[in-house]
Amino acid sequence: MTVVTNNKWIGQRTIRPDGMDKVTGRAQFAADTNMPGMIWGKVLRSPHAHARIKSINTAKAEALPGVKAVVTARDIVDFPIEKGAVMLGIQDMRWMCRNVMAREKALFPGHPIAAVAATSEAIAAEACNLIEVDYEVLPFAIEIEDAIKSDAPILHEFNKFEGKPSNIAGRIEHKKGDLAEGFKKADIVIERSFTTRPVHQGYIEPHACLISVAPDGKTTIWSSSQGQFMVRAMTAHLTGIPQSDIRAIPAEIGGGFGGKTIVYLEPLATLLAKKSGRPVKMVMTREEVMRATGPTSGSKSTVKIGATKDGKIVAAHGTFYLQAGALPGSPIRGAVGCSFTPYDIPNLLSEGYDVCSNRSKVAAYRAPGAPIGAYAVECVLDEVAEVLKMDPLDFRLKNAAKEGTKAAHGPTFPRIGYIETVEAAKASDHYKAPLGKLQGRGVASGFWFNAGGESSAQVNITEDGNVVVTTGHPDIGGSRAGIANICAELLGIDYRRVSVIIGDTQTIGFSNLTGGSRVLFASSIVVTQSTEQIIKTLRERAAKIWEIDPEAVKWEDGAAHPVSPNAGQFPPLTLKDLAEKAPAMGGPIGAGVQLNTTGADGGFGTHICDVEVDVDLGIARVTRYTAVQDVGRAIHPGYVEGQLQGGVAQGIGWALNEEYIYTKEGKVDNPGFLDYRMPVCSDLPMIDCIMVEVPNPKHPQGVKGVGEVPLVPVMAAVANAIYNALGKRFYALPMSPPKVLEVIDAPETRQAAE
Amino acid sequence: MTELRYLAPNSLDEAIKAFAAAGSAGRILAGGTDLLVQMRAGVVKPGLIVDIKKIAEMTEIEQTADGGFRVGAAVSGMALHDHASFGKVWPGVLEAVNLIGSKQVQGRASAGGNLCNGSPAGDSVPAMVAAGAIVTVQGPDGRREMPVEQVPAGPGRTNFKPGEILVSFTLPPRPKGSSDAYLRMIPRTEMDIAVVGLGVSLTLKDGVCTAARVGLGAVAPTVLLVEAAAKALIGSKLDEAALNAAAAACSAACRPIDDKRGTIAYRTKVAGVLLKRTTAIAAQRAKGN
Repeated sequence: MTVVTNNKWIGQRTIRPDGMDKVTGRAQFAADTNMPGMIWGKVLRSPHAHARIKSINTAKAEALPGVKAVVTARDIVDFPIEKGAVMLGIQDMRWMCRNVMAREKALFPGHPIAAVAATSEAIAAEACNLIEVDYEVLPFAIEIEDAIKSDAPILHEFNKFEGKPSNIAGRIEHKKGDLAEGFKKADIVIERSFTTRPVHQGYIEPHACLISVAPDGKTTIWSSSQGQFMVRAMTAHLTGIPQSDIRAIPAEIGGGFGGKTIVYLEPLATLLAKKSGRPVKMVMTREEVMRATGPTSGSKSTVKIGATKDGKIVAAHGTFYLQAGALPGSPIRGAVGCSFTPYDIPNLLSEGYDVCSNRSKVAAYRAPGAPIGAYAVECVLDEVAEVLKMDPLDFRLKNAAKEGTKAAHGPTFPRIGYIETVEAAKASDHYKAPLGKLQGRGVASGFWFNAGGESSAQVNITEDGNVVVTTGHPDIGGSRAGIANICAELLGIDYRRVSVIIGDTQTIGFSNLTGGSRVLFASSIVVTQSTEQIIKTLRERAAKIWEIDPEAVKWEDGAAHPVSPNAGQFPPLTLKDLAEKAPAMGGPIGAGVQLNTTGADGGFGTHICDVEVDVDLGIARVTRYTAVQDVGRAIHPGYVEGQLQGGVAQGIGWALNEEYIYTKEGKVDNPGFLDYRMPVCSDLPMIDCIMVEVPNPKHPQGVKGVGEVPLVPVMAAVANAIYNALGKRFYALPMSPPKVLEVIDAPETRQAAE
Repeated sequence: MTELRYLAPNSLDEAIKAFAAAGSAGRILAGGTDLLVQMRAGVVKPGLIVDIKKIAEMTEIEQTADGGFRVGAAVSGMALHDHASFGKVWPGVLEAVNLIGSKQVQGRASAGGNLCNGSPAGDSVPAMVAAGAIVTVQGPDGRREMPVEQVPAGPGRTNFKPGEILVSFTLPPRPKGSSDAYLRMIPRTEMDIAVVGLGVSLTLKDGVCTAARVGLGAVAPTVLLVEAAAKALIGSKLDEAALNAAAAACSAACRPIDDKRGTIAYRTKVAGVLLKRTTAIAAQRAKGN
């Protein structure tokens, strides 16, 4: 692999290829697509948190004029429980088939019971109301403590934990050393318990799709997702249509953050389209998004850390209970595997429990599970550092993981950049800035695994000597801009001559979904290799024209040149020249590469947060924030910073205001953006970024994933800052005004302040 | 499917006739920033929508002969903002109206709609109550006037008679040394709904408060006129004791509920905090007048 060193385009803040369309409103999102003869699909959803479905009668709905098709769980391919797991990525199809349509039981308010397609949205909605469902309403459990009680209502009777029916669907652990021995060596031990509430990814674009099924079964899907191949595979599994017959076309995506790595509507719309013979469009309302799509888990954690007087962590134990929602699959791997990973801890036990409860099934959310675990761990570390009278960054430096450290989840680290992030934070102006009254500063670190996996690319030289790159990953973070920079760099041409598009499932090779901070890492490997093949072809073509050896031709500044005067005296042949001559010189120029990429290194970040607390109203405002991260190599610094800032913004929302609130009937009471309070621009300061670049040696451009780490440290950084301002610790999120004021007004706080 | 008719008459009489005839199926559309959202959510399904924006009186801002203002019920927040003198005389009312929704919403949303929506958390209402605004309403039986605080009947309800339409707000002339202010507590900094909202209007003479009105929102089924708080301020130099007494009166007036937006304890305390802060702003402004 050629390591790029001249860097004309890599590292530049080029204009993103999709930017113009997005700012002018031309970009086509899933709901923007229409077809002749199109009809509308709507979903009937369970009003109950937990109920056995005794019967469903759709006769009246089917008889309503304008109704063209009705589907229920009978139409969805079943994946019987007893036949064992059928995995598709991280999803088990047994749970997916029950999530897209309730089968034996309705498991949360909002769980789909049936779907209707009709000539208008209003008729489809009216038909949903005509469907008669006989429910046997069952007791429910939403909160973790209710779900793990010995007499809790059981969601899945077949699920056993320690031999008994249970809502605990799984447990994992990572272990290192001898925990008991480790704690014996500790001079101080601090143990704390924490809770966090479920929070939604908050993508602005609701789930939407348009699906057409031709009489011969050929199916076309336009939908918004983080992976058109995931959409194709899941739809094929759940409808029985072979993948070769399903063309899934990725629409522009209006935000995903992990939440669009599974399907909700596509299998239903496909079946409705197949039954009705008409293209079917489905668009969720915001309320449906909030009630029935995956937020991330609420959690209950206990973290115990022991350290010696000189500041060395000798033992740590973390227990993380995460809500999976209606069906198994909470991100315990992220909580268990990431939370302690920035530190070299000789004796460690990190364990996680996957807890089912009667709310919507969780979906991935930016470093799934890791922010939940890091919140607990980083808050306890702050307390340990305080007792040790050590600066919290010095304490982290003293215990930092580095090259050669064996992480509890398996790998022994290669060269990593964690220490650099802590040092950069310490050296920053922010960390040294003075603080005023009722202001406080907190720090926290975080880790995410990052990922590689399958990617395909096709790079073609157009007849006029420009470049079209096709990859298979929806662009949710600026990946097209990064790829254009890399391809332009390699070819030595202006990046505006490189057009990067996202192919559909039938025109580009399999590419795993956009998630895990994998896309630029993986796709730039296959784009680089494809481009290198093209450069080889171009050199061969020039050699043929000049009648010299290909080895005597070099590619530089967008043209073939003889390597030296000795090789011959020829004027350069540009990409344009060679493209024009292509028909006579062996045909079209292009190359495609498909790989299961490896070598993704984990990412580390360290954040500094300042808050100011209005002690009369209980409002904590973030006044200054700096995110430091080892980003490998910033191919497009603007979009790397965008990822850092976006992650921090979401974390501040999680820390301060976002939460699912339930009624006593178990329904979400705040299913919209008015009462589900994500931060708005004016809630946040400018978020400063310090990009530390420790290139990944296993990647041609040194790329590391950057999109997920920036959410991991935030809640702890905010909590530690609030402590620093008030001298009061919070052990539950969100730290919203009524909760903060309650603590401030507690008699012991008032006394301490005086 | 229910049929939906839309009318945009040029005269108030025509509007009242159609609105009264439609009975409970009729809805008035000013900016539509509440109505259209409620229709989309399926909360209301009107059979008739009467758009009042083509009625001149409804969209005018008029300075009255005595120095007061008459503001049409459908005047948008942005139009009020752009008026040459309204904001100088009634900065508190203006800041309250301009807090409704976002900048984009301000181009449509009106104080009239905010009042008729009947939400106890409507931002403009406590400021209008503090200002002592009188509303003019007209119905099949003619025109009448009532104090703004008498309009809300409970969440989503008004004391208008069937067929009556809100026409305008009349704000009184201001004696020297007067001003007003509005503050609300929201967890965010904008794009939010008041957990508590509080408007204060006052007059100062030689540092002594000679007149005051306090409007308090989001802490009871309707926006409240807190006369006890005003009494505590009047006659004082807005010293700590007076402010504490007024704050306590606001807290005492609260009849809130525990809900997703705030707890009883939180709202009760915040009402008092906002009284002090809002009064300080209004007094500061009044000193310059």
